[in-house]
Amino acid sequence: MSTVGDRPIASPVRPVSGGVARPARPARRVRRRRRSMLPLFLLTPAVVLFGLFTIAPGIYSVWLSFRKTQVGGGLLGDLNPTEIFAGFQNYRDAFADPEFRHSIERMLTVAVIGVPATIVLATTLALCLDAKRARLVGIARLGIFLPYAVPGVVASLLWGFIYLPATSPIGGASFDYLGSRAVFFSVANVAVWGVLGFNMVVIYTSLRGLPRDLFEAAELDGAGELQIALRVKLPMLAPTLTLVTVFSLIGALQLFNEPTTLKPIANAITSTWVPLMRVYADAFVNNNIYQGAATSFLLIVMTVAATVIANAVVRGISRRSTR
Amino acid sequence: MTAVALPSATRPGRQARSRINLVPTIILVIGGLYCVLPVVWIVIASTKTNSELFSTAPFVPSFHGGFVSNMRALFSYNNGIFARWALNSVIYAVGGAALSTVVCGCAGYALGKYRFPGSVWLFRLIVAAVLLPQIMLVIPQFLLLAKFGLVNNYASVILPQLVSPFAIYLCKIYSEASVNDEVLEAARVDGASESRIFVSIGARLMSPALVTVFLLQFIGIWNNFLLPFVMLNRDQLYPLTEGLYGLLIITGGQAAQYSIVVAGVLVSIVPLAILFLSLQRYWRVDLLSGGVKA
Repeated sequence: MSTVGDRPIASPVRPVSGGVARPARPARRVRRRRRSMLPLFLLTPAVVLFGLFTIAPGIYSVWLSFRKTQVGGGLLGDLNPTEIFAGFQNYRDAFADPEFRHSIERMLTVAVIGVPATIVLATTLALCLDAKRARLVGIARLGIFLPYAVPGVVASLLWGFIYLPATSPIGGASFDYLGSRAVFFSVANVAVWGVLGFNMVVIYTSLRGLPRDLFEAAELDGAGELQIALRVKLPMLAPTLTLVTVFSLIGALQLFNEPTTLKPIANAITSTWVPLMRVYADAFVNNNIYQGAATSFLLIVMTVAATVIANAVVRGISRRSTR
Repeated sequence: MTAVALPSATRPGRQARSRINLVPTIILVIGGLYCVLPVVWIVIASTKTNSELFSTAPFVPSFHGGFVSNMRALFSYNNGIFARWALNSVIYAVGGAALSTVVCGCAGYALGKYRFPGSVWLFRLIVAAVLLPQIMLVIPQFLLLAKFGLVNNYASVILPQLVSPFAIYLCKIYSEASVNDEVLEAARVDGASESRIFVSIGARLMSPALVTVFLLQFIGIWNNFLLPFVMLNRDQLYPLTEGLYGLLIITGGQAAQYSIVVAGVLVSIVPLAILFLSLQRYWRVDLLSGGVKA
């Protein structure tokens, strides 16, 4: 659970070398003579809101996922259906439904295209920003960051017009960007476009935090710019890349805005195209909040699993590359 | 930092200019074009009337008054509801971000600067909630709020977004790194109350983190689609994202209305882009990657 919390965020920029002399945080020698009520007072709003809007809905959601409505018998039966315990039926239904599996596959397809693309492009651009004697750095950085200011829905509308045959400036008339296969790339592209700049800036900032003398030493040893980037800078970025990957993955599992917004213009996108759209459809279109709750709990489990796996994988890779 | 290494190359003298590092520059230009061209296209498209949108060259603007008529059509659509959506977005984003900054700033300071029974445990619990994507809590949030008749108003969109685990994390880490314990202790010795210390020393020293939290939350709320989508069913309360989506749904099949949506997309991008460019200096993305340097 604490993977996102403690490790990657807390320590990414602290380099392996050079940090040796850094005095560890000053020992906690602050005495608390008077017990103040202030921390309690300061924490109250956050704790209350956290309880009301995170803990309570979370628990309620799990509770709902084990319930279902019983349509009573008799003539008036379906007028007042009662809520009863359902055991794992909602979960079994979810797994038994091939459409649920398809929606997960579609989500994963978009993730497999989008997440690596985001990480590779953001890292490449950050390394280019950091390269010596690169020009147009300031304006490129600003331009690449610009899409972050564009809401996901608006970005999808914008790209929607770019894909749409009638208005497309990139040949949508002759190539169907919203066809059953291309649509995965088109959706992934909208997502990548939106988050690329943000990830690039995060990676770039942690690049700037690395000790410069190391690169100069490598240069004196005759390493070229590309070699320094790949052999020196990249391995040291591993913790940040872990963080960025994990957040991109979490984002990918939550895919909803882009396909929902593109749906009106893309026939290939159904109302249960990705799991979250299915949750929405279950709860608000089919009025089966119980099924929706079960599905969203499954998604939370998947998110946690994906986070743990991503952490392990990236850490494994970085360990190997530093050896 | 680099000045030591390349004393002659840092100034863009003639020699330096002749050694432009071509490959990264080209990659940056391509990346920049990829990110900027769609926005440029929408600016150009907004100058076109509906028929021109389908017939003229994509990257050639039109000067036949299309822009003005599109804007007029947009803002007069349905008795000017678009302006209302824009106002709503501002209310949600500014109000939500301001309240959220206060709530998370206070909590972060308390967790960073005080030890009390359960403080570590509480912090871990809050941070673990990063894994519980807000988006998946939306349905139970809606059901709970609906039980108390609290949906379909401004509060139902603002309240669930006030606590951000990430913002609390950021404020805690930052207060630990930048609010000096000796200073606090000195103030205590001088007889300042804990609350006075928080307001006039702690909060002030934390201001870079607070600005960053405000902007992050502002963008997060401005861009949020699902929460208002679920909570609201009166178009008077919609933020821009919802409104534009609704416009597209309504105009869905009919190409006749596209130019209005294009204009709406443009209008909703501009304020945030301006906010970004003008505040770029003040918000510190480096905080996001954990690079807290006091």
